[in-house]
Amino acid sequence: MTALLEAKALHAAYGETKVLHGLDFAVEQGSVTALLGANGAGKTSTLRAICGMVRTQGEILLGGKRIDGMATEDIVRLGVAHVPDGRGTFMELTVEENMRLGAYTRPARAATADFDKMFGYFPRLKERYRQQAGTLSGGEQQMLAIARALLLRPRLLLLDEPSFGLAPLIVREIFGIMRRIRDEEGVSILLVEQNASIALEFAHDAYLLETGRIVVSGLASDIAKDESVRRSYLGY
Amino acid sequence: MEGFIHQIISGIATGGIYASVALALVMIYQATHHVNFAQGEMATFSTYIALVLINMGLPYWVAFVGSFAISFVIGVAIERLLMRPVANAPVLTSVGVFVGLLLIVNSVTGWFFDYTIKQFPSPFPDKSLLGGFVSGHELGSTGVTLAVLILVYLFFRHTRLGLAMRAAAFNPASSRLVGVRVGWMLALGWGLAAAIGSVAGCMVAPVVFLDPNMMSGILLYAFAGALLGGIDSPLGAVLGGFLVGVIENLGGAYVVGTELKLTLALVIIITVLTLKPSGLMGRKVYSRV
Repeated sequence: MTALLEAKALHAAYGETKVLHGLDFAVEQGSVTALLGANGAGKTSTLRAICGMVRTQGEILLGGKRIDGMATEDIVRLGVAHVPDGRGTFMELTVEENMRLGAYTRPARAATADFDKMFGYFPRLKERYRQQAGTLSGGEQQMLAIARALLLRPRLLLLDEPSFGLAPLIVREIFGIMRRIRDEEGVSILLVEQNASIALEFAHDAYLLETGRIVVSGLASDIAKDESVRRSYLGY
Repeated sequence: MEGFIHQIISGIATGGIYASVALALVMIYQATHHVNFAQGEMATFSTYIALVLINMGLPYWVAFVGSFAISFVIGVAIERLLMRPVANAPVLTSVGVFVGLLLIVNSVTGWFFDYTIKQFPSPFPDKSLLGGFVSGHELGSTGVTLAVLILVYLFFRHTRLGLAMRAAAFNPASSRLVGVRVGWMLALGWGLAAAIGSVAGCMVAPVVFLDPNMMSGILLYAFAGALLGGIDSPLGAVLGGFLVGVIENLGGAYVVGTELKLTLALVIIITVLTLKPSGLMGRKVYSRV
């Protein structure tokens, strides 16, 4: 397998506060990689670093090409879709407008064809098509956020805690749909989650972060089986 | 009774001017949360550009469109060169820059075109229409401002670029994540606001005559209109502009007299800010948590 995304000695800082201390990781082409860790471990910062939303040092390569130091808009245009923490919904706009914005970088006609595909994954969005996005429930907003990201036709999808603030039933529903997306779309996914059990089930590879450093890495299935790692880092 | 109807109709005509300037104010407010105090002076400068083009012998409508286009470029340039460096500065810095811009544009206008009051031509026939209720210019300028407002509305509602500009104003961080070039959207907003100002200037100049301070009173009425309608609602600002035009005209004719008309703008501003700060159509955003 070849790596779609590679980070080498990645550092990041907000002003004076350093949050990442030299990460090395890779996301393989067409597979799911999970980034686990407690609150404040640097998971969200890692995603933000990939998208050029924080100041970084070190190298980030997308398909062998360096993207560190580029503007967020340009990284996105290379096919990196990011569902940020808080989902990044345009609350004032309608579901339709949110979806149109997702496809903003693509020719309008090609994107419209993809709308039906999104309704296939998320029928709820079709029902709410003309509604203001701020009136959607948390689960629906998460669906909208994923649909918006997929409409970019990304090579790499960055998902920041899709389970956050949602009822367990909804989380299961969303991960069920994401499994279909993983198998049908061929998009590589880098998933950040606090819910380690569900993430390790979904991912192929996993990295475990602690205060800005990678402490464990390997196949997700191996990490899920490793009793000591589970007890000391994942708490289940 | 006839006088009353006439006052309302000419109130709507001037209201169209206020509505245009109010819309220009709101467009920049939505994106930056600042009121561009220089909007009026920029519109005056645009009107002089139109006059120069007319004096060069160009047909009126060519000069009109030329001024529209040049104003757009100037608006974009102001955002790129002046506003960009203070984009993340504290509020007072931005206010200082806006006030500075007002003084600079005002002085540059006087310096280039001198301070004497000039006549500005109207493209519409100089005769009474609709049984003497409305002058050709009143009807024509209302039509032009309405057409511009409708075009702007359609642009924001039904084009990708318009949607991207709205998104960039509401949520810049998320807009970047879908590939919108947020900085350029802001610059385009400034350009569009300046261009709309040029229309307002060209439509009002035949009535009030052209001098470097032509727009200072109009900016106040427009600001009152924007507040009355809701400073963050483009549609509200347009309606507010028309309302203020009518209120100003009726108040001037029947209540306070023409000398004290400008006070009405201040009365409206204070009343709205004390009683209903969000204005008539100020946006309520619903969010479930």
